[in-house]
Amino acid sequence: MGTPPDHPRLSARLKIRRGGSFESFEVPFEQGQTVLDGLRWIRAQRDPSLAIRFSCINANACKECMMRVDGKTVYACTTRLVPGEMRLEPLPNKKLIKDLVTEIAPPDERLR
Amino acid sequence: MLRSDVLVVGSGAAGMYAAIAAARAGSNVLLVDRSLIGRGGATVMAQMTVAVAVGEEEPDHWEHHLADTLKAGRGLCDADLSQLLCEDGPACIREMDEWGVGWARRDGHMAQVHAPGHDRKRCVYVDFLNTGPAVSKTLRARVQRTPEIQRVGDLVVTELAIRDGMCVGAHAVHTPTGASVPIAAKATILATGGLTRLYARNSASINMGGDGYALALRAGAELIDMEFVQFFPIGHLAPRLVGMDPIMWDPFRYKLGGRLLNSEMKEFLPEEGRYISARDVATYGILKEVAAGRGSPHRGAWLSFQHCSEAVLREAFGPVIDRLAANGIDLTRQPIEVAPIAHYHMGGMRAGADMQTTVPHLFAAGEAVGGANGANRLSGNAITEALTFGRRAGERAAALAAKIPMPAIDPSSGFSSNRSKINPAAEIVRLQKLMNEHVGPLRTQGGLERALQEIRQMCGDLPAPRAGLDPEWMDLHDLRNMRLVAECVTRAALARTESRGAHQREDFPETSAAWERHQTIRV
Ligand SMILES: Cc1cc2nc3c(=O)[nH]c(=O)nc-3n(C[C@H](O)[C@H](O)[C@H](O)COP(=O)(O)OP(=O)(O)OC[C@H]3O[C@@H](n4cnc5c(N)ncnc54)[C@H](O)[C@@H]3O)c2cc1C
Ligand code: FES
Repeated sequence: MGTPPDHPRLSARLKIRRGGSFESFEVPFEQGQTVLDGLRWIRAQRDPSLAIRFSCINANACKECMMRVDGKTVYACTTRLVPGEMRLEPLPNKKLIKDLVTEIAPPDERLR
Repeated sequence: MLRSDVLVVGSGAAGMYAAIAAARAGSNVLLVDRSLIGRGGATVMAQMTVAVAVGEEEPDHWEHHLADTLKAGRGLCDADLSQLLCEDGPACIREMDEWGVGWARRDGHMAQVHAPGHDRKRCVYVDFLNTGPAVSKTLRARVQRTPEIQRVGDLVVTELAIRDGMCVGAHAVHTPTGASVPIAAKATILATGGLTRLYARNSASINMGGDGYALALRAGAELIDMEFVQFFPIGHLAPRLVGMDPIMWDPFRYKLGGRLLNSEMKEFLPEEGRYISARDVATYGILKEVAAGRGSPHRGAWLSFQHCSEAVLREAFGPVIDRLAANGIDLTRQPIEVAPIAHYHMGGMRAGADMQTTVPHLFAAGEAVGGANGANRLSGNAITEALTFGRRAGERAAALAAKIPMPAIDPSSGFSSNRSKINPAAEIVRLQKLMNEHVGPLRTQGGLERALQEIRQMCGDLPAPRAGLDPEWMDLHDLRNMRLVAECVTRAALARTESRGAHQREDFPETSAAWERHQTIRV
């Protein structure tokens, strides 16, 4: 069997808006990994209190992982990590729930 | 406190169809989901085909579909449930067609393709790789247009409410606020989907950790066939693909064949470029090549479509080819790597053909139900199962609700007072690795025993959530359920000392006639 190709260890600095301030996390990654991969790594390895919203992880089907990355609205699950700093913020036009999570459910599907 | 005739937990195909059917039969319905309505489960992620004997491509009858389903199930199908799936399938698929799902058509009729294990062209689909999103969207639109259905997302059901041995509703937590929400219901339907999130390599969403099984078990219901977890043989492995379901190579193989190759670039299954091996056979074949040192670099197999020209690829998959290009993949030039991935669960809640579980007034629907597919599921049967079981459960739950008064429920939700200091997100990752390694597609007594021991030591407490969104609480909740369900799968796998379908024991490689029976679990 062949050996897995060597993946250089890369590192991204995710600067995440948490309420009024930003908190930065150094995230190691392999070429091709996504912002969502990085956020899940932070929750398992650094800080499980970080709030993010996602469901399908790979299929880009649920559309729940929308956020702002470097000022642009994107899906965290299809945006690749890049070496260096990336600024992550919640959607600006929705009510903030916590950290990167906003109220995105249609109004008639919320608890009344 | 919420109240409704029928409570439906889970808004995949099964839950949404159940809600529509119950409303149509005169009930008011509360449809809840831990995620957003219609987005959280497997349904919206499915990309491929739906098996159904509509006979539009060539003559067919549900009895042929049933014969194939029973054969694939390796002697373990619950024939009543399999029949329900096959017999009611055409009516549900046609109803979906009327509701505008858009099944692909050829020369004015529904196009049907031949999938492995089926004796003819039986599988309908929505182009391109859009089956699940289309099914989900169609049902969602229907649900929205039904005033008797109230929908609430971000509501996770944490426990069923039981009085005098009967289900009287459920306890839920509204995740954005942490509020406890008791729900009284005359009939409750669990349409919570499967458990494949238990495994490190999975095609699951975050909501597929087997909540429904844990809820049912704690409520006293019986689970059946828990050891039968289907691994999809050719899940995407490398290079890293984003924004695509890892199961996507399946439709490629339906349409284009493709060659599954080992490190010597030789086919190791008797396929000759055709897509004909059953899922359990292919899974086993790939893992055996890897074990023999003939795997691909990331410990899987190569899958090649290099026999196809760019024009052929584009005709079959249109925009998907561009999405692959954006991921740096050109199939005319390179094979990709694939390996088995946890994909579906044949086992689940034990239910009769009226979809009622062994707990009165508690119904189940969809993948959450065990038995229809025995030890191995045919491709395309799962969405049909979700639709047909959902419809049946909705009708029967509504019929029951019409006859009984609204029950009262005890509003206290019974959380533990202890909040453990672990990082539950990390514990979940550990559990997933453990399950993949020891309770995956190849099992041994030693590995299963080791897994069981470690699972038992994991945290099973659930404290009350803190006010506001409490992500750690969500993980503690999931860990508690996943740990319980993992224990069920492992114990059932340990007890079954034979190999059959998706359950392969390296220490008991033969299928044993004495084991042609179900195992059930109850607490
Ligand atoms: C990637 C992928 C591709 C697939 N492709 C196909 C295919 O092409 N053809 C086919 O036939 N089958 C396919 N399958 C299988 C099929 O999609 C599923 O078996 C089927 O959709 C299950 O439907 P369901 O309604 O039972 O559950 P799901 O669609 O999984 O829905 C369950 C819902 O329950 C909710 N829920 C769970 N727990 C709770 C709780 N505690 N409280 C509140 N809500 C809860 C979840 O959030 C989710 O929305 C695929 C599966 C996957 C994962
Ligand atoms: S996680 Fe589902 S679309 Fe991003």
